[in-house]
Amino acid sequence: MKKKLSEFAVGDKGVICEVAGEGRVRRRLFDMGVTPGAEVQLRKKAPLGDPLEVRLRGYTLTMRKSEAEQVTMEVKK
Amino acid sequence: MKHFALAGNPNSGKTTLFNALTGATAHVGNWPGVTVDRREGVYRKTPEPVSLVDLPGIYSLSPYTAEEVISREYLLDHKPDCIINIVDATNLERNLYLTTQLMEIDVPLVVALNMMDELEKNGDKIDVKKLESRVGLPIIPISALKGEGIDELMTRAYEASQTPREAVTVLNESALGHLIGDCRIALEGAEVEHSLFHAVKLVELDELEVKAHPASAKMVEDFKKTFSDDTFGGDFEAIVADSRYKYITAHYSSSLTRNVERELKGTRSEKIDRVLTHKIWGIPIFLMILFVIFHLTFSENLLFLGAAFSPNVVDELGNEYWVSLPGTVAEGLFGTDGIASPGVFLMNLLSWGTDSLTGAIADGLAAIQAPEWVSGLLCDGILGGLFAVISFLPQILLLFFFFSILEDTGYMARIAFILDRIFRRFGLSGRAFLPMIMGFGCSVPAMINTRTLSDEKEKISTIRVIPFFSCGAKLPILTAIAGGIGLSFGLPHTDLITYGMYVVGMVVALVAVLLMHHTTQKGDVPPFIMELPSYRLPQLRSTMLLLWDKTKHFIKKAFTVILLSTIIIWLISHFSWSWKFLSDEEMGQSILAGIGQFIQPLFTPLGWGAQLGATGWVFAVAAITGLVAKENVVATFGTLAACLGAASLNVELDGGLSAVAAMISETGVGVPALIGFIVFNMLTIPCFAAVATAKAELSSKRLFAGTLLFWVATSYAVSSMFYTIGTWWWTCFIWLAAIALVVVLVVLYNKGIIKPIKPWRRRAKRGTCGCDCAGCVHRGDCEAALAEVRAKKVASKKDSE
Repeated sequence: MKKKLSEFAVGDKGVICEVAGEGRVRRRLFDMGVTPGAEVQLRKKAPLGDPLEVRLRGYTLTMRKSEAEQVTMEVKK
Repeated sequence: MKHFALAGNPNSGKTTLFNALTGATAHVGNWPGVTVDRREGVYRKTPEPVSLVDLPGIYSLSPYTAEEVISREYLLDHKPDCIINIVDATNLERNLYLTTQLMEIDVPLVVALNMMDELEKNGDKIDVKKLESRVGLPIIPISALKGEGIDELMTRAYEASQTPREAVTVLNESALGHLIGDCRIALEGAEVEHSLFHAVKLVELDELEVKAHPASAKMVEDFKKTFSDDTFGGDFEAIVADSRYKYITAHYSSSLTRNVERELKGTRSEKIDRVLTHKIWGIPIFLMILFVIFHLTFSENLLFLGAAFSPNVVDELGNEYWVSLPGTVAEGLFGTDGIASPGVFLMNLLSWGTDSLTGAIADGLAAIQAPEWVSGLLCDGILGGLFAVISFLPQILLLFFFFSILEDTGYMARIAFILDRIFRRFGLSGRAFLPMIMGFGCSVPAMINTRTLSDEKEKISTIRVIPFFSCGAKLPILTAIAGGIGLSFGLPHTDLITYGMYVVGMVVALVAVLLMHHTTQKGDVPPFIMELPSYRLPQLRSTMLLLWDKTKHFIKKAFTVILLSTIIIWLISHFSWSWKFLSDEEMGQSILAGIGQFIQPLFTPLGWGAQLGATGWVFAVAAITGLVAKENVVATFGTLAACLGAASLNVELDGGLSAVAAMISETGVGVPALIGFIVFNMLTIPCFAAVATAKAELSSKRLFAGTLLFWVATSYAVSSMFYTIGTWWWTCFIWLAAIALVVVLVVLYNKGIIKPIKPWRRRAKRGTCGCDCAGCVHRGDCEAALAEVRAKKVASKKDSE
């Protein structure tokens, strides 16, 4: 099942299928290791619901929902 | 002498390694992106001394951030003899991503695998021999913090620097391998240095490269027409980034054995975060931490112990005081309301020292019968001004100490995480909160702290509004005038005026940020894709080095810019136009008073100008002396009240209340004008120390001038608003109309319906201004224009197909 990273609930895991968007933000996501094939888990949401805290490639990354919207995930059970 | 460069991800321990190798005082922080300028130092244990350059922390060599451009230009143009790539072993994959880019440069490269001790503690393992053979570069495990392995690292790096290294790439097997090869051959034909690096960047259609090598760029464009990837289409930049990570996962990651149990259970940092960034408790805990820091730095009543015990001295009037051993070092141990906090105690201690010094010099001068103006200039002018500025140092340093601990431990990044949602509305990221809140203590450390902001526009806006968060030195102005109003006009609850002014400051700051976000500092909200570093214990040594660094900078400033300006202010306030020395009480005839009388009409809309007549200049003069240090405002009131004819008043006795009351009765000033005066002082150009800091932190003179203008304009407008509405309530309609007009104009301007006349705003081109793109204020324009051009190209290509 495919889902956007921004629609994940806390604890959901998945593998990145696609990273949309363009320019600076997309390149930044790539540079931080958010590339197709990487396994990602949504670990937490900030107290006000945004930004998100995700775990990938053995480290913790934070991004806004608007940025996570660009990332399509294959949900893993 | 050999030249080595240190390159690596932010927060990978690069600066710690640099300090360990050179013993230098470079600042280390657990905040991604602390090193903005590069630092240099020398390592001497190799056969030949090595000069080391600490480059800013970067994740990639893309052209999108200032740090990346600086590092890239350094590595390519300065040709170091060796690059030491520091890699955080606990975060292997993402760190090696940069390594795959560095190997494309024709310079010897060694990898320092840092934080091996932490990796082992986590229960993870790296097979270093296996990784070394796979990567094909010397890899040396080290612990920069403990100094383990760093001499071996330098020996291996020195060996590596003896022979040139030919660049290699991990992209050969990717879909673009052939294209990169072709580009490289073409560039080599044109005798371009670092041909492989430039070839890869050309294939990525990197804006800097396309401009530099248009012929080869055309080749890439032609190839692009015939090529389409299943996942990425024609986005070569994405294909390159993806291929790198694919290669890393396929070839390097197998050397790493992760402790699966830990990853499932959650790391130590995650356990800490369960509390510190908790859904409900996260924000209250943050506010609590902030309160404790401010309490320890500024409170005169530590832990509110004053209420538990009764003061030890009661004077004839029934006033109760806390006094401890007057005239000794321990005098400052008690504040006025109880036991002093460490910050207040240190400040009292310092002022005890400086006062004794000034006293001794005054006595010495009296003993040798020096002329009055000499001792006045030396003791009141030079020493008085300098010590007034230096007296903040203990509290500034203490505040810095606490905030650098927050930064070192990694909590600072969490604060940004918690608060980002709120600040995004104002076009800022959550990181901007800290410098602003520090402003309540002192603007100087607050402005220095804006270095942690990655976005230039965010940084400019933040520096500009920091003084609006009323600092510790402005509080006496608020309390003295509010108290004076209470005394003279019999108003109750004057402390409400004080609180109200704090709120006014914050509201003006938010409005100003919003306005700048929609006009001069326009741009997208900066992206917030940030690493949350693991929690670490703060390193006391590096914190102390940082404090020492700050002290040096501050003292240097105090003895140059600030010294000069205090001397000038003293001279013009103690000499008449005929160059005759005046005592404090005769300040009414001084050059400064003359200037005050001359500019007095300017303040008429603020309530303390022409309408006050012959005595009104005192307010103008007090505001000018406030530029040295805001404490001077109240002190000047005391002096000027005396020269207006009131009996000599000691402002230290009652915090300036009676001086203000005397001023009110002598000048006949009203409440709205006094409020206007407070607002003006709160929002206008801050003290010299803060101005000097703003100048150092802003990247250009133009920005600095704009900032000064912004402060003057804001304070003038807001202050006259308060005065006019306070005097004639119906003027609020005029102000509302004016505000509505501004809002409408800004909205129309942003929708492109009206175009402002802005002769000074040119669309800068690289090279025309002689400065670098990295720090350019028009960078946003260039990027926007470039994106437009790119979009058009893509569209036209689609049409032609």
